[in-house]
Amino acid sequence: MDLMHYLILSLLLFIVGAVGFVIKKNIISVFLCLELMLNAANLSFVAFSRHLNQVHGQIFVFFVMVVAAAEAAVGLAITIVLYRNRNTLNVDDADTMKW
Amino acid sequence: METALFYFFGAISLIAAINVVVQKRVFYSAISLILCLCAVAALYLMLEAPFIAAVQIIVYAGAIMVLFLFVIMLLDPFSAAILRDKKKSLVYAAVLLGILALATIVPLLNSYNPSRAPRNPISADGGTGTASHFGQILFTEYLLPFEMTSVLILAAIIGVVVLSKRRP
Repeated sequence: MDLMHYLILSLLLFIVGAVGFVIKKNIISVFLCLELMLNAANLSFVAFSRHLNQVHGQIFVFFVMVVAAAEAAVGLAITIVLYRNRNTLNVDDADTMKW
Repeated sequence: METALFYFFGAISLIAAINVVVQKRVFYSAISLILCLCAVAALYLMLEAPFIAAVQIIVYAGAIMVLFLFVIMLLDPFSAAILRDKKKSLVYAAVLLGILALATIVPLLNSYNPSRAPRNPISADGGTGTASHFGQILFTEYLLPFEMTSVLILAAIIGVVVLSKRRP
């Protein structure tokens, strides 16, 4: 399989994640779509790593995973605090800082 | 054979990804995302990155998604009212935006000529994806970023503890 197939698949996964990020209302669903986008970026990193025959792309994927783990932990903690204080999971109910 | 496997796992990951978005209940979304991550891990194996595939399964599909499921069950979305997705107009706008992005990026992708890219010769020690080669590069060339991730994780740990602590 050549590089282009993997890039197209990665692009499709990213677009699905981005669309979901915009249209979902549940804050946990938004986080899941975020993970989807990170995963799509990782796929293209590994595809390029294989294509160029260098390990650097895989090391980047490793760092992206570390950041994703930290982001998931902090984001879910924020979600729990939001639910505790406002008793909602709706992103539209937490728009105090939006306006 | 490889082509068939690529299309098989690619289709699984894509269908699971779409299911993440269209699913109403967030619990099923999370389960679907785990399936997607596992399919992508299989693609990593086909790309000769077994270490990344293992980390994907263990850390991503294992640790991070278990954390997600933990929080989902803790907040109990089954008893709460299901949140309807946003306004129909916004959904159409988002899908249109996605199609627009596709239409913008695909010609760019096609204009990239892969044969022009440098192709390093395959090293003698059995591919670039082996854990030993990966570790060698990680602990020499990328030692400083690696150490900095520990600081990042420490900051995340402290942040989570401070956030979720009950105020007196």
